[in-house]
Amino acid sequence: MRPVLLALQHVEKRYDAGEISVIALREINLAVTRGEFVAIMGASGSGKSTLMNILGCLDLPTRGKYTLAGTDVRLLDDTDLAAVRNRLIGFVFQSFNLIPRTSALRNVELPLVYAGVKPRERAERARAALQMVGLENRSGHKPSELSGGQQQRVAVARAIVTDPAIILADEPTGNLDTTATAEMLDLLDHLHGLGRTIILITHEPDVAMRASRVVRLSDGRIVSDEYQTPSAAMHPSSHR
Amino acid sequence: MNLRESTHIALQGLSANVLRSALTMLGILIGVGSVIVLVAVGNGSSVAVQKRIEGLGTNTLVVMRTRGGFGGFGGGGGFGGGGGGRATNGTQSSVSQLTTKDVTALGDKSQAPDLKAVAPVINEASVTATYSGATYAPSQFVGTNADYLSIRDYTIADGAAFTNQDVTDRNRVALLGQTVVTNLFGTQNPLGATVQFNGIDYHVMGVLTPKGSNGAQDQDDIVITPITAVQDTLAGANAPLSQITVEARSRGAMTAAADEVTTVLLGTHHITDPTQADFQVLNQATLLSTASSTNSVFTVLLGAVAAISLLVGGIGVMNIMLVTVTERTREIGIRKAIGARRSDILGQFLVEAVLLSLMGGVLGVGLGLIGSKFKIVGVTPVVAWYSVGLAFGVAVGVGLFFGLYPANRAASLRPIEALRHE
Repeated sequence: MRPVLLALQHVEKRYDAGEISVIALREINLAVTRGEFVAIMGASGSGKSTLMNILGCLDLPTRGKYTLAGTDVRLLDDTDLAAVRNRLIGFVFQSFNLIPRTSALRNVELPLVYAGVKPRERAERARAALQMVGLENRSGHKPSELSGGQQQRVAVARAIVTDPAIILADEPTGNLDTTATAEMLDLLDHLHGLGRTIILITHEPDVAMRASRVVRLSDGRIVSDEYQTPSAAMHPSSHR
Repeated sequence: MNLRESTHIALQGLSANVLRSALTMLGILIGVGSVIVLVAVGNGSSVAVQKRIEGLGTNTLVVMRTRGGFGGFGGGGGFGGGGGGRATNGTQSSVSQLTTKDVTALGDKSQAPDLKAVAPVINEASVTATYSGATYAPSQFVGTNADYLSIRDYTIADGAAFTNQDVTDRNRVALLGQTVVTNLFGTQNPLGATVQFNGIDYHVMGVLTPKGSNGAQDQDDIVITPITAVQDTLAGANAPLSQITVEARSRGAMTAAADEVTTVLLGTHHITDPTQADFQVLNQATLLSTASSTNSVFTVLLGAVAAISLLVGGIGVMNIMLVTVTERTREIGIRKAIGARRSDILGQFLVEAVLLSLMGGVLGVGLGLIGSKFKIVGVTPVVAWYSVGLAFGVAVGVGLFFGLYPANRAASLRPIEALRHE
């Protein structure tokens, strides 16, 4: 058995909206080991975004325990949480979330800026990350000069540049067309092949099929947690 | 994250909306510029007064007659008060004149030991000078004796001064100020030339060393001639003196000198009650230093008005920074998600606000220095360097102060909410 990278134990998340309080997650128990490719599925409102926020240390659970790489996240203050997000987590968002008017290279460099990496090393590592996603010749382009698929690949480069423990992808293909979707999924496959731990949040079954494990959420609870043999690519992979 | 990175990110933020950044900077620019210019104007008029005091000659007293019913300078209180009896005036219906007899009496060392020199002065108004077709009306035409030059700190640049022998001999000679020479002679040498003043021939025997402006008037726009010649020609034999100019032995002897002048003139005018004196002794230096202190109040006031505009500029910075933070909420969320700490975001926006006011400050200093090169409402501004440092420092402080609230607001945003922001 490979070491457990992150573990949620009896996690509950509750939002207080005036008089009523909404329970977004209840009694979540989940353990992910290093090198897994997990898809978290659920309809909208099932709590998958809340789960993603908690996994990504953007939000803290109301109750329960979240251990990431051996650290109990509840014990961390704001600054430590920022450091955890910086070093252990790489985010890929549905809407790309690149900084506008800023070159691809600079966008990819940004996590390293906050990590305090020296400029020269930063540029080297950012270039290597862009090369990995196949955009080394687009490094000077601004987000507005890139296609959706390219922007998302820049986002992936930004997610992997700090060499994080997990890549958290929240509906990464939600704003992409079929071709770009296929390319994105191939890229994630490739990263998984290199030993990366990936957690993919999606509501599309054929996207979830690429993962080796599928966790289904409904009404804030885990309703199933199954290992599967990842299906082949939707299109014959000419990529890489 | 270090300052260099913060600056880099802040510059990127500022360049995202150049027009808006420029307009915000303009607020600070005008504030800083006006502080510098207005303080320079106030300072300039103080300097002008200072120069005028020096231009009067040191240790100089001026005796003027008081016209009947004319209140003079507020009963002596108008120029500093102290030194009782130093300056007396009063109101009297019968007008008596200052005469050369008064001058002779003041020249008596046994009665007035603290006086160094006494010069009678007749100011002739509207005198027109003519020389081979060129005409010019000097603003001052003075008939006096040889001591006048030293009392008023005039020196001879070229030629020679007239002597008291010239005064006694009633010689029609003249000393010309540089402005008069330029207007009448151009580049020609005026020495030895004969100039007509209102048609009367005068022989030019000297040119005065330029003294420049005293702030109020051009001290080189002057013609000085023996008083006897003026009485013979332009003013008339019994013309009264416009004033008597007196030089005290030293600055410390000013009060004693003023008292002696008063005593002597009360004697020659046969007045027993000093409050009924028909003349006044003015210590113009004292008068002007009063004006000078009024001036510094004026400078502070101007500076305060300008400082308010600097404050308004600061509020402009705050306003724009708040808009910027709202606009870039999502960007802040992204930065936080990828690992920016509270302090990183705080630093970024604070540096942005300070950069805005810093650049505004630098440009404002430039504008202020350029603006101070021009004459403003008749005053030549003199830049006070403390105002440059102060205005610049305050501008940066304003950026820091007014940037703190918006930056703190940005830094306290919760990442998930910021990311959800559209």
